[in-house]
Amino acid sequence: MLMALLGRLGQTLLVLLGISVLVFAVFFATPGADPTARIAGRNASPETMAAVRHEYGFDRPLPVQYLRMMDKLFVTRDLSSFVDHGQKVVPEVLRAAPVTLSLVGGAAAIWVAASVTIGTIAAAMRGSWIDRGLMMLGLVGISMPVFWLGEVANLVTQSRYHHSWLFSWVPGLGYVSLWRDPSGWFAHLVIPWIVLAVLFIGIYGRVLRADLVASFDEDFMRTARAKGLSDSRVLLHHGLRTSMITFVSLFGLDFAQLVGGGALLTEVVFGLPGVGRLTYQALNNLDLPLIMATVMYSAVFVVLANAVVDLVYLLLDPRTR
Amino acid sequence: MSGGGDLLPAGPATGGLAASDAVARGPVAPGPWRVAGQALLRNPSAVTSMAVLLLLVLLSLLAPAYARYVAHTDPFMSDVAATVSLHGEEVPVMQPNHNRLHLGLTPIGPTWNPRADLLGADNQGRDVAARLLYGGRNSLLISFCAAILCIALAAMVGICAGFFGGVTDMLLSRLMDIMWAIPVYLFAISLSIVSVSQGLHLGPVTIRSDSLLLPIVIIALVYVPYAARPVRGRVLSLRRAEFVTAARCLGVPRRRILLRDILPNVSTTLIVLAPLVMALALLAESALSFLSIGVQAPAASWGTLIEDGTGLIYTRPAVAIAPGIAIVVTVLALNILGDGLRDALDVRETSRGRS
Amino acid sequence: MTATPGFPLLEVEALTISLPARGGGWTDLVRDVSFSLAPREILGLVGESGSGKSLTALALMGLVDAPGARITGSARYRGRELLGLKKREMQLLRGAEIAMIFQDPMTAFTPVYTVGAQIDEQIRAHRALSRAGARARTVEMLGEMGVPDPARAADRYPHQLSGGLRQRAMIAMALSCNPSLLIADEPTTALDVTVQAQILGLLRRLRRDYASAVLLITHDMGVVAETCDRTMVLYSGSIAESGPTDALFLQPGHPYTAGLLDSIPPLHGPRPRRLPAIPGAPPSPAQRPQGCSFRPRCAFNHAACLDPPPMLRRGRQDIACVLPAEGRDLPPRPMASFDAPVPA
Repeated sequence: MLMALLGRLGQTLLVLLGISVLVFAVFFATPGADPTARIAGRNASPETMAAVRHEYGFDRPLPVQYLRMMDKLFVTRDLSSFVDHGQKVVPEVLRAAPVTLSLVGGAAAIWVAASVTIGTIAAAMRGSWIDRGLMMLGLVGISMPVFWLGEVANLVTQSRYHHSWLFSWVPGLGYVSLWRDPSGWFAHLVIPWIVLAVLFIGIYGRVLRADLVASFDEDFMRTARAKGLSDSRVLLHHGLRTSMITFVSLFGLDFAQLVGGGALLTEVVFGLPGVGRLTYQALNNLDLPLIMATVMYSAVFVVLANAVVDLVYLLLDPRTR
Repeated sequence: MSGGGDLLPAGPATGGLAASDAVARGPVAPGPWRVAGQALLRNPSAVTSMAVLLLLVLLSLLAPAYARYVAHTDPFMSDVAATVSLHGEEVPVMQPNHNRLHLGLTPIGPTWNPRADLLGADNQGRDVAARLLYGGRNSLLISFCAAILCIALAAMVGICAGFFGGVTDMLLSRLMDIMWAIPVYLFAISLSIVSVSQGLHLGPVTIRSDSLLLPIVIIALVYVPYAARPVRGRVLSLRRAEFVTAARCLGVPRRRILLRDILPNVSTTLIVLAPLVMALALLAESALSFLSIGVQAPAASWGTLIEDGTGLIYTRPAVAIAPGIAIVVTVLALNILGDGLRDALDVRETSRGRS
Repeated sequence: MTATPGFPLLEVEALTISLPARGGGWTDLVRDVSFSLAPREILGLVGESGSGKSLTALALMGLVDAPGARITGSARYRGRELLGLKKREMQLLRGAEIAMIFQDPMTAFTPVYTVGAQIDEQIRAHRALSRAGARARTVEMLGEMGVPDPARAADRYPHQLSGGLRQRAMIAMALSCNPSLLIADEPTTALDVTVQAQILGLLRRLRRDYASAVLLITHDMGVVAETCDRTMVLYSGSIAESGPTDALFLQPGHPYTAGLLDSIPPLHGPRPRRLPAIPGAPPSPAQRPQGCSFRPRCAFNHAACLDPPPMLRRGRQDIACVLPAEGRDLPPRPMASFDAPVPA
């Protein structure tokens, strides 16, 4: 058991190393382009160029550059943006993280509840019009670009129907801290939560329905029915519980990816100052250190979440113990 | 079999033989591709989605004709002083605001008249309907090429990993894991930002920053892990399949097994994946273009059109809503087609979408 | 049918299970099957895969869920009609009055719960017992089924138990509510031969210890010979022959029964160089030949076989074949092959 855990830890570290090398390579070893110019930003003065070249060691070989970058990111954490007047990057990312966590956490609660409901209903009524309708809706949800859906939601709740009783409570775009104003926090985030959740409700509802329908052919489902259990108990206690194993492992990955910056488009559309919007602003300023920091941060988060998923998997599926 | 049992001669000795003869003499069964094709054509939603996709391709191909002969406009030229004739009178495309100060200009809204800004104009006075058709060309072209490139790369990776196993498999699988750990859009953004600012210079080859090749290659790359995993799984299960074991026992060379036994069977997985990857690629393209690191101005794609419409969302929502609907319809059709293909070809190992 | 002493526990009459056929009409998977089962009796239901034996059992449990399936005829349990019984009433019967065990104990338990929890669940579905009360009963049942250290075994997950222990746990679960009828669908097929003998011994003991009748479904004539009071042979969805096991084994009346018996190597006496096999394969239900379904594979195939075979009585056996009527009985077989008792 201990050996297995150690092995898993070693694997995680290896993947982390691989990711850092990959991200570094994307930003600083892409052939044919001078990273100095990219880091210094648009129209940088020759002095800035020289300072950048020296600080990142671009006059040194690649491995040295890599080590220096990792040192700046994880050890001294003083990687700073040249575009944004020497703003330290790492603290900025950490400041934005709670916003992203608020957005993704709420959306995750909605999408888990909604997709479990939809998937279970569709599976229980498989072959019916309700099943087909729900699955079609799920497919429509999967097919919508999230930033477009967000804009349409803004149009409806901020402008067209803002004065109707239905949406008059919706505050203007932006974010309020949970600690300062819990109800404001909630009101600001409800629409973004729903918009972000739509895609995942579609995906998870469809995956869960497929898993559940497949489980109806399993011997243990027949045994459960032969025991004289009610249909709902067979479906929920035996079918759903078993299908939750895949569901949870998918959830862990998607949740981590979103927290790590995958919710960028939603944050941009709703003006939420999270990690994703930080990346977006850096994008507009061509602020490479900041983008690299956010990408690295998200990848680290995903890998750690992967490890957590594996642990949860152990709890959920006794066969893997 | 075909009810030929009635004609069988009596006697236990010939019974078995006669039965197998009946099989041999039976009508030739249709090939698997034909069966799958017929199954696909019997599926009304798959047929509808194919018709919709065909229509979309046709419409975007007709973009220049629409711009020149119907709308009489150049959708790539900004012209804030232009006028259109509506109900017999000339109306300015950019109209003064109706607010108290009469500050600024608002483009004309949908006129529902194909000769005069059918869907209105954007904030540079350009015909949205014409730009929608031109944007469709780029969006469809990029997502199609990206899907083909992605599937080709994924097939190479997946087949190598699955067929050769061992160290090759371990290295490739780890590489895929690492790529997949970075959120897809962030990965695409990283690749775009380094290439879009100054283009790419690979030795003698220079890819300009406004080349469509950049988004195609970038989107194809980031979805390789998504497509390679099911391919590898399929190859692994085929490698353990009895007919492959049989071929190996007969001493058939590995190259031949790969070409004759593995490839044809993997191809169904690839075909099912193609529309699904194209749907993801279309969404990714629109997201990159929305963030202005995909298709570069003045060229248009559905994503850049939504970005153009963002500033007008409360006054002229049609500018952003129309391309969004085009995206939803296309992606929906691709997803339904993918589902239909999966059912027709009976492929189970396909992965799922992810943002 | 054979006159069984006492009131029949289960009486099945003209049970027919059909699926809609591709070109309209119906395909009969099980055709006109009738039998009865007395309390404490063990009836063997024998046939090749696809002969409809499992489907017959599932129909009795109300578990046939193929889309569009049509079930006609009647199946009375203690005089009460099972077919078309309300869902809720069927649930009350299932597990409490009629229990079923399945072929593969590995896949028949839900993998994510302990074996004990799954037995508790069945007990609590039918008896008003506390958690602890149900667990006590579970442990008691496991112990009686010969599971060593039953309290610990109850806390094990299915994959942590051996195949034999899993099947014992499955039987313990099935018997936990004292059912009068146990349907065992190939209970020993997935097990080692030694374990197989133990499980069959357990089944034989049930009638003494629990007063249960058993409907034993199998494709193995050896299992039938060891275990069953009466035997019913199914071929392609219909009854080929039924009767007391000893009579049927001594002098099979249907050529198919004889073929099945011939394909078992004899324990005593000279062994044939090659075991005789029945040529060909059973027809698919959609493409049964005209007349007797067994005709194309039968050594005695003749003109009279083009008509559907009549069900004839010979001694205590019912035979769906024209041969006895034509005075061409199959020869009796030496009993030697089956008289060696297998220790339980």
